[in-house]
Amino acid sequence: MKLFEYEAKQFFRRHGIPTPRGGVASTPDEAARVAEEIGGPVAVKSQLLFGGRGKAGGIRFADTPEEAAAVARALLGTTIRDLEVRNVLVEEKLAIEDEIYAGVAVDRRSRSYVVLASSEGGVNIEEVAARAPEKIVRHVVDPLSGLSEAEARSIAEGVGYSGRDAEGLSDVLLRLYRVAYETDAELTEINPLAYVAGGFVAADARLNIDDNALFRHPELAERSREAEGAELTPRELKARRLGLTYVELDGDIGIIGNGAGLTMATLDTVTLQGGRPANFLDLGGGASAESIARGVEFVLSDPRMRALFVNILGGITRCDETARGIVEARGETGAGIPIVVRLMGTNEEEGRRLLAEAGIDTLDTMEEAARTVVAQAEAS
Amino acid sequence: MVRFIDADTRVIVQGITGTQGSFHTGLMLDYGTRVVAGVVPGRAGKEVEGVPVYDTVVDAMAEHEADASIVFVPARSAVFAAKEAVSAGLDPVVVITEHIPIRDSMELVALARRKGTTIVGPNTPGLIKSGESKMGIMPAQVFREGSIGVVSRSGTLFYEIAAHITRGGLGQSTCVGLGGDPVVGLDYVDVLSWFEEDPETEAVALIGEIGGDAEERAAEFIEGGGFTKPVAAYIAGRAAVPGKRMGHAGAIIQGSAGTAQSKMEALKNAGVKVGERPGDVARALLDILT
Repeated sequence: MKLFEYEAKQFFRRHGIPTPRGGVASTPDEAARVAEEIGGPVAVKSQLLFGGRGKAGGIRFADTPEEAAAVARALLGTTIRDLEVRNVLVEEKLAIEDEIYAGVAVDRRSRSYVVLASSEGGVNIEEVAARAPEKIVRHVVDPLSGLSEAEARSIAEGVGYSGRDAEGLSDVLLRLYRVAYETDAELTEINPLAYVAGGFVAADARLNIDDNALFRHPELAERSREAEGAELTPRELKARRLGLTYVELDGDIGIIGNGAGLTMATLDTVTLQGGRPANFLDLGGGASAESIARGVEFVLSDPRMRALFVNILGGITRCDETARGIVEARGETGAGIPIVVRLMGTNEEEGRRLLAEAGIDTLDTMEEAARTVVAQAEAS
Repeated sequence: MVRFIDADTRVIVQGITGTQGSFHTGLMLDYGTRVVAGVVPGRAGKEVEGVPVYDTVVDAMAEHEADASIVFVPARSAVFAAKEAVSAGLDPVVVITEHIPIRDSMELVALARRKGTTIVGPNTPGLIKSGESKMGIMPAQVFREGSIGVVSRSGTLFYEIAAHITRGGLGQSTCVGLGGDPVVGLDYVDVLSWFEEDPETEAVALIGEIGGDAEERAAEFIEGGGFTKPVAAYIAGRAAVPGKRMGHAGAIIQGSAGTAQSKMEALKNAGVKVGERPGDVARALLDILT
């Protein structure tokens, strides 16, 4: 789950990381009020869940509360890269002397958090990594002992600071690591971390939480329902409510499989045959007949659907039950949409017989089934 | 050093009284796995499929000699169970559970590395040595004794490709599910190193997917001469959308990193036969071995 900048900064402040004075606003009036309190030039920042908002026109500046209201009016309700701006963060405009990058991320390779810091702040860190990797200091944190003061200090010195400044930066790094650890972050970033009047201030904030750890953060679990809409399409949101692992794509062939790898492979095979998948729906390796029926019903209710491919590799799931589920689900909705089924596993023969009776094609291999479903989508 | 299983491996099942735990204990026993005890706190004295249940791993090991553990405990406490097994000296520890928080997995893997224990998973279908023993949830009927080692991040796609191998007239030696999470105990390089030394493995099927760079590192390892037997591969997720998780927590293209194209390219450059479709893996292995 991704947090908005203003939410991430609440966590930063809770852990003692300095942030600019400011407040979130959902109307021009609120924006003016926050600017009034700040009493000087402000930045008005669209709250969106992607990097590079500035370049996309999502950050504007204002000198007076009236200007802040006008800028907020211009931003609120607009869409930037398909996302609606619902809130703006109004903050004091910083007199930035220097911009650096600081981040903590899960590193899959070392199976640890890594602390990343760079003198090149304010630009995409991936770009820095590609262009000038020597400008990124990277430190792998031992999961059993955490980040020590000495390690943080040596990262700060690696970025090029010394004396009191190195101390200031290492303090921010230690606090940022605490934020990552205590919120179960997959990634947290301050980009840029601004050097202002002899100290460091988090000018921006990014915090992505591990969805599987939300049970440890009840305050976020509540919030996540609201935020889901910012990351998911309406159909994806509906699928999540039904407990389905669903990703919307822009084609017209429904794809249902059990297991992530098999479902991805099904998507790829259909694409290879010239078809355009409308979705990815993974029912999980041990999918039950009921969950298969629920998935079929959900995908058939999609008005874009021209054909459906159900690819089930049953080991645990019995194919006869699966077949009954598919036939039942088709009875509920979208009877006119052709369905191609590929079944493998226990009671395969009985499953095929039930499907044949209902006029649904079953095929032996994924490749044949993919060819067939693409042909049927074209014909329908 | 990585440790896997054979017909002699004595197994403890943690979470044996749950729906998954009890069901798969039955199937593992049917396959020939030597399940010697189960562990569930508060359930000592019970029996599941004729297997006695204890409160703790230590209690179970006071009564039975055991080598390895398989964990079916729910996500919130799975890592505590796995750490208990690691501390008791069981090796390997296979963690079937899905949805474990990444931070917990990082701590588990760090502890296991310090002790020299092999962690398989989390979020894995497990391990199977064809015809001898399985510690996992894979359907036994798709496997047959043979000489192909299989290593995969996914479950059902691994069964799909194993079934192709069997149907093609070949069979499997040891098969390992690495797990679909971003942080898991083993990577391809660990398993390839083991297959290199395994006299029963003549060639390997490598099944990958989008996300991370484990496949690219496998390619580097093969190219550098670390693995010298033939390899055929399939990578899932060419049609995936960047930034969206495709079923597995670890199956996500972040920025420009972790694409199927990058992995396929790297493996091809290392001399691996990379298939366009899952069935191509078995076809390539048949070409190589017959």
